[in-house]
Amino acid sequence: MEHILTPKVEEVKLLDRYTAKKPAIGTLYLTATHLIFVETSCNTRKETWMLHHLIATVEKLPLTAMGCPLHISCKNFHVAHFVISSERDCQNVHQSLVRLSQPGKVEELYAFLYNPKQDDDERRNGWGFIDSAMDFKRMGLPNEFWEMTDLNKNYELCSTYHSELGIPKTASKGTVFGSAKFRSRGRIPTLSYYHKESNAAICRCSQPLSGLSGRCVEDEEMLQAISRANPKSTFMYVVDTRPKLNAMANRAAGKGYENEDNYSNIRFQFVGIENIHVMRNSLQKLLEVCAMKSPTMSDYLTGLENSGWLRHIKAVMDAGVFLAKALAEDKASVLVHCSDGWDRTAQVCSLASILLDPFYRTIKGLMVLIEKEWISMGHKFTQRCGHVDGDPKEVSPVFTQFIECLWNLMEQYPCGFEYNEKYLLEIHNHVYSCQFGNFIGNCQREREEMRLYERTFSVWPFLWENRHQYRNPLHKCSLGREVLRPSTLPLNFKFWCGMYNHFDKGMQPKQSILDHLLTITQKKAEGEKKMTDLQRLAVMDGVLADQGSPTGTPPEQTSLSPESVSHTAENAKPLMNGAAVEEAEIELVPTAGSEKMEPVAIEN
Amino acid sequence: MEFSEHIKTANVEDVVLRRPFHPPMQGTLCVTGHHLLFSNRDGDSSRLVLLLLRNIDAIEKRPSGSSGTITLKCKDLCVLQLDIPGMEECLNIARSIEYLSSLDIVSDMYPFFYRPLKLSLQDQWGLSSAEQNYAQMEELQDRWRLSHVNKDYSVCPSYPPAVIVPHSIDDETLVKVAKFRQGGRFPVLCYYHRKNGMVIMRSSQPLTGANRKRCREDELLLQAVIDGSGLGYIIDTRSNQQAQQARMTGGGFESKSSYSCWKRLHRQLERGKVLQESLIKLVEACGDHSHSVDRWLSKLENSKWLSHVHTALATAGLLAECVERDGHSVLVHGSEGTDTTLLVSSLAQLILDPKTRTLAGFLGLLEREWLLAGHPFQQRCAHSAYSHARLRLEAPVFVLLLDCVWQLARQFPLAMGFSEPLLLRLAMEVYASDYGTFLCNSDQERCAAGVKERTHCLFQFLLKPSERERYSNPLYEPTELAIWPSVQPQSLQLWRGLFLRWTQHAVHLEKAQEELRNLVIECRGAS
Repeated sequence: MEHILTPKVEEVKLLDRYTAKKPAIGTLYLTATHLIFVETSCNTRKETWMLHHLIATVEKLPLTAMGCPLHISCKNFHVAHFVISSERDCQNVHQSLVRLSQPGKVEELYAFLYNPKQDDDERRNGWGFIDSAMDFKRMGLPNEFWEMTDLNKNYELCSTYHSELGIPKTASKGTVFGSAKFRSRGRIPTLSYYHKESNAAICRCSQPLSGLSGRCVEDEEMLQAISRANPKSTFMYVVDTRPKLNAMANRAAGKGYENEDNYSNIRFQFVGIENIHVMRNSLQKLLEVCAMKSPTMSDYLTGLENSGWLRHIKAVMDAGVFLAKALAEDKASVLVHCSDGWDRTAQVCSLASILLDPFYRTIKGLMVLIEKEWISMGHKFTQRCGHVDGDPKEVSPVFTQFIECLWNLMEQYPCGFEYNEKYLLEIHNHVYSCQFGNFIGNCQREREEMRLYERTFSVWPFLWENRHQYRNPLHKCSLGREVLRPSTLPLNFKFWCGMYNHFDKGMQPKQSILDHLLTITQKKAEGEKKMTDLQRLAVMDGVLADQGSPTGTPPEQTSLSPESVSHTAENAKPLMNGAAVEEAEIELVPTAGSEKMEPVAIEN
Repeated sequence: MEFSEHIKTANVEDVVLRRPFHPPMQGTLCVTGHHLLFSNRDGDSSRLVLLLLRNIDAIEKRPSGSSGTITLKCKDLCVLQLDIPGMEECLNIARSIEYLSSLDIVSDMYPFFYRPLKLSLQDQWGLSSAEQNYAQMEELQDRWRLSHVNKDYSVCPSYPPAVIVPHSIDDETLVKVAKFRQGGRFPVLCYYHRKNGMVIMRSSQPLTGANRKRCREDELLLQAVIDGSGLGYIIDTRSNQQAQQARMTGGGFESKSSYSCWKRLHRQLERGKVLQESLIKLVEACGDHSHSVDRWLSKLENSKWLSHVHTALATAGLLAECVERDGHSVLVHGSEGTDTTLLVSSLAQLILDPKTRTLAGFLGLLEREWLLAGHPFQQRCAHSAYSHARLRLEAPVFVLLLDCVWQLARQFPLAMGFSEPLLLRLAMEVYASDYGTFLCNSDQERCAAGVKERTHCLFQFLLKPSERERYSNPLYEPTELAIWPSVQPQSLQLWRGLFLRWTQHAVHLEKAQEELRNLVIECRGAS
């Protein structure tokens, strides 16, 4: 509170970003958590809310005839240009926002204030809603080749990994610990995804500390063990997601990549995804393109090209496709790493998982995937998202790129996913907003130390409760276990207007097919439910003979194996049964975050 | 004419056909006067592939040993390949295709031979006459009249026999005005805005020439258009500089001094060769399967196609804004008034007029604003993006219109009664068709060639119940409001449905459209 110098400023103008339309006039409020702009110039009460923690930059520009301009841009790409008549007010707002948008410590983040009025039990259940260990069970672990180990239960093996890791059965404790010493930050090769159909696996790790000529017997044994866990294949791929030049430069610093001569039967491959600094700069350039006022088509396309953004998106997608192909077609296992194995490696492993396994194309499956590949494997959310005041060089849109790759896939397969674009945007928003605890902290150990599970809430039950908004009405379950083979020709990669211009409503299609389909399918489901209720009543009254409910046709699941059915059943049901399913499940799902974001207090 | 003179080899066995989405197929190839016929007998089932020769834009032959390979690049952007055993047969067939695909006598073309059982030549040709259109618009009848001054096409060869003009302007005056406008295309009404009585007129450029000639009657006509409402706008689809230069060749523009109540706005829309080359570059870029994003974006930019889409929509938006928001009548023209003029006027009508957004309404708009208004289809669509022939009068103005309509429909997916497949079908039919609709360059030519008696009408066919179902938009919810498109570059997209039609990409999208249709029908059935 002490940072808010001026809680309320009147007669503030909000300019339209692109057109020369008349600016909206209203009152600007600063609360403990949000900046709120309430329009007074129009009859309907129109509000713009911006969470302080979402603000990426706030800039005070030189005084103009209209007043003092204040430019705010958010991490979810919301941009607002205010003009405040008094320079002093503007100065105060600016100063407050700079402080509020960059909390000094994690405890100041919104998640620690946010209270959806739940008791501790509900909170605990909420955190248990998504469990990445369950996913390994779903894949069939433990089995004759793989097991879960608790060697890392005190984070002694690797401080940035989860406490439970999947490793090949034949890898001894000595091998594991030996390998950890040879891998950057102890991030040993561990299981990311096990492909039941082929017995092949995706494993992930960090770069080896090979330097110019170093080798490590245990690490070589570790890779051998992974290879042996897929007995039908005579080789495995080792994929270094970095450009070759970067990897070579690392050798001079005592790190590097696997020497094919030292490891038996590996096929080594670079895939050339650029590092976090290149990505950060590329996004910056992309946002500059988005900020151009009335550009010509040529300006825009040239700017898009020069930003390099789509080139990077394609590089990530190419790598994901390479992995999926290796497993599905060559039936070979893959070990993936970059430098530390928490950025590019996370992108690539999770994309490949989506391509290989339809479970991750369901609403719940994506939660599990993010929990497993990003949160529990130590993607440094606090640093990459710049949640707190820190080194700006650690900030990078790594997760954003993953979500964008996913969107590109959805554009290519409009019927292939249970979720829709809104779901991706909502997840992306929550990653940056810090309303929930999931994306706070850089690794599992940090989260435990912060006692996040006792002090904040989990976003997943909250999203699950609103899942009717996030479903894709065109989703076809009949695609079954099909492995997606997207085209990665450049012309398939589009600028994502829905993400980068999400808040510029004038640029979006004026009517939404998705909203329309959601409405009509919802109506239909309600209609059917009513019919069922009426029939049930009629049966009870003895007017009708009991023939079972008309919507009770069993979902098509012929192509799913029995284990996966048990886990995915709720997601695999056809849409028309949506209402009935939701009805039945309401009691099982912990209710969380049913309320919308609320400011803690409006200061006056 | 005897087509058989040009067919030396009519049949070849054991030909292999390769085409998108299908595995290679072996069978018999047969050349007829208008088609390539490929049949394959596989056990009991036989499959037949029929390709209209007119659809072939370019043909490339490559010998390989004793056999040869012919690559056919079609005007619908599909590329096929035929492996033909026997070099001589291959060359004969290639020669036949080359000749028969580019017949230029209208009455030799396939629509004059197309006689399906389910259609009768007695059926009505065209959707509606000028008289019917006029009769339907009662509210304009006190100020506007139907003139038959062009009944024998003598005043303006590219206009239809009847046009709508201000009541106060008699036919004699019209004849004089026609002499002052290029190609005789005097200003005529093309849209009446019910909400405020404002109109859209179109014409060709005035022939003011280097010494700033004036025409009293032309000024009178335009004065009569704005009668009382004070000010009108002229949207010139050329840049100011181009309009100035046009005076050197006898053309020109309406000067402020002679037309004091009209305000001129210049918006440069490309046409002719520039537009054709743009399409060629775009199609080339779409066919480049190298893996560099930078190269793709640079080629896309370099083709300028999306820039043309952008300018066309922005200009149409400007026109619609003048009429609806500012309440002024507008005259639109470029040079000849047969290309970009029609593009802008018809897009503006789609933005403003909900009646043009139904399936029948849209086809009606195309009939009025393109067929009857004299867009020279035969010249513009002689070749498409693959042809190696020297460019003459080709220009994909109509394809550009369809692209702009697609952009509109993408931004307003519920507002149009028709769907993307209709636009795709039209994009194909305009280049090669079983129907006579897009033959010739004007109404006069079509009448002279007997198109209306001896061919079938595409638009009538598309409105038959079975076809209507295929081409209607399942999400259609009519709105009376104007639909204002966003013309920010981010809001416009490459029309993947057309330009990437023969890639794998299209298959998933088509499936999704089918799924969407089924879903909507199912929901409708339930409620």
